Amino acid sequence: MISLADLSLNPISDLEQMREYSFMVNALWAGTIVAVMAGAVGWFMVLRRQTFAGHTLSVTAFPGAAAATLIGLPLAVGYFGACGLGAVILAAVERDGRSGAANESAAIGTLQAFGLGLGYLFVILYGGQLSSLESLLFGSFLGITAGQVQTLLWVLVATLVILAAIGRPLFFASVDGAVARAAGVPTRFLAFAFLALLALAVAATAEITGALLVFSLLVTPAATAQRLTARPGLGVLLSVGLALMVTWVGLTIAFFSPYPVGFWVTSLSFGIYVAVRVGEAIAGRASIRGRQLPGGAEPA
Amino acid sequence: MFAHEFMRHAFLAGTFVSLACGLVGYFVVLRAQVFAGDALNHVAFTGALAAAAAGIDIRLGLFAATVGVAAGMGLLGRRARPDDVVIGSVFAWILGLGVLFLSIFIASSSGANSTAAVRVLFGSILGLSAADARLAAAIALFAIVALLVMARPLLFSSLDPEVARSLGVPVRGIGIAFLMLLGLISAEGTQAIGALLLLGLIAAPGAAARLLTDRPWRGLALSGAIAVGSMWLGLTLSYEVASLPASTAVIGVAAFSYVAAGAFDFLRRRGNWSRTSSSIGSLEGL
Repeated sequence: MISLADLSLNPISDLEQMREYSFMVNALWAGTIVAVMAGAVGWFMVLRRQTFAGHTLSVTAFPGAAAATLIGLPLAVGYFGACGLGAVILAAVERDGRSGAANESAAIGTLQAFGLGLGYLFVILYGGQLSSLESLLFGSFLGITAGQVQTLLWVLVATLVILAAIGRPLFFASVDGAVARAAGVPTRFLAFAFLALLALAVAATAEITGALLVFSLLVTPAATAQRLTARPGLGVLLSVGLALMVTWVGLTIAFFSPYPVGFWVTSLSFGIYVAVRVGEAIAGRASIRGRQLPGGAEPA
Repeated sequence: MFAHEFMRHAFLAGTFVSLACGLVGYFVVLRAQVFAGDALNHVAFTGALAAAAAGIDIRLGLFAATVGVAAGMGLLGRRARPDDVVIGSVFAWILGLGVLFLSIFIASSSGANSTAAVRVLFGSILGLSAADARLAAAIALFAIVALLVMARPLLFSSLDPEVARSLGVPVRGIGIAFLMLLGLISAEGTQAIGALLLLGLIAAPGAAARLLTDRPWRGLALSGAIAVGSMWLGLTLSYEVASLPASTAVIGVAAFSYVAAGAFDFLRRRGNWSRTSSSIGSLEGL
């Protein structure tokens, strides 16, 4: 299609080149919407230590989409239906405490494998072709229609409104569940509401990135943001910003290279995460050395 | 059913692989490392596709990737128990790498070979040759023996790491060895039921056994038995129902056994509770 040879050193002309293709314009819009959603919801997911639940929810998108294809429903119905059902099941198995957490994660793992098994069955029944299986699992940014972008925009608005409404008590309940409960915050309801929100975001994202790669936009930018700042408002903004950046840069590189966008997006976000961790380690060592200097200033 | 050679091979490999999965799965659930297991299974996918893209034996990539990443996870994590956000970030990137290898592999191979990717993701237990099946059974048997040899200190350090450490049990070393063994079994199981579905055969029997009994040795045996039973029943079901893939059937039976164990546990506890409350009632009556 387009090779690296077409890439000039002039970024303006490169952007012009991308804009000539309507699929690329749609992909950039969809990527932007998805990145904002995943960045914001992902920040709370990482805060609540629900990465495994998030991964499982995103994976349940696969059987949903496969079932929708099989019975001839729109794909979006499959995505949102399956993820919603997944959220209800996950909320039902949620437990507190260490041994509770072990049992909960076993239940989540079983649900995930069962969902994937069902998805495989549906693909086989449909007359499984590798290309359709691959796009369900790994997504394709290409071939996104303007209608899909519009649907995504509505989902984004809904997600952000709900998140703004429950954000403050959700933060409280996530940081210290026991105190929040004592203060009369409905933690159980919030836990379910958040899973439902996560399902909404994941279902929308899975349509674009595929069931397996949703995770990279949800977890890595949020994990990086939480390493950089502990302040909630700033953290969410940073997480969204990082998700936007890796999506845009990833899409652009993928446009000019033969390799899939999923690879670029995951590699970029992981690269930033590793850089932040390494920077932290160096800074931590330097501050220890500073303290050990004879006659140096006392650490505050 | 056993008149078919491929079914005999599937049962031979399946029995040992599922026994290994069930036994290791009990410890995975006990140690709350299901997410680490999930990540290792997906590493198997990336390793296999990397080997396929490079044109070398898939098994080489599988074992190198899973055992290597398992050792890395064990070494990096404090007390050989990596944090779930760290697992998640690494794991997302590894999936991205897998997609890269998949695209390279599909671009470089003709259509006939492209089903290899589906086999890695969802397994191919019904397509094993006699030599494959024997090798799979032998490796699984090795993993089972290794696990049973370290079972005692592993159980001790899983249940009470502080006490185990003070008694001189090498908790950290055992944690790393356990993760590497889990990696070995992940690579092995990937060939049978696929990288994406393997987690079910590891998590479900272990969780079901934990619901059914609190005694560790009985639970371990039960977990192995449930896994082997799921494999046998699943293979039989997929033989009888032509359109049902073997991997889906096996995972379906395993998931069902977990739900059944949950229902049994729920009913038993309710039964106990009503019995105690009625006995309290009769005491009050005295």
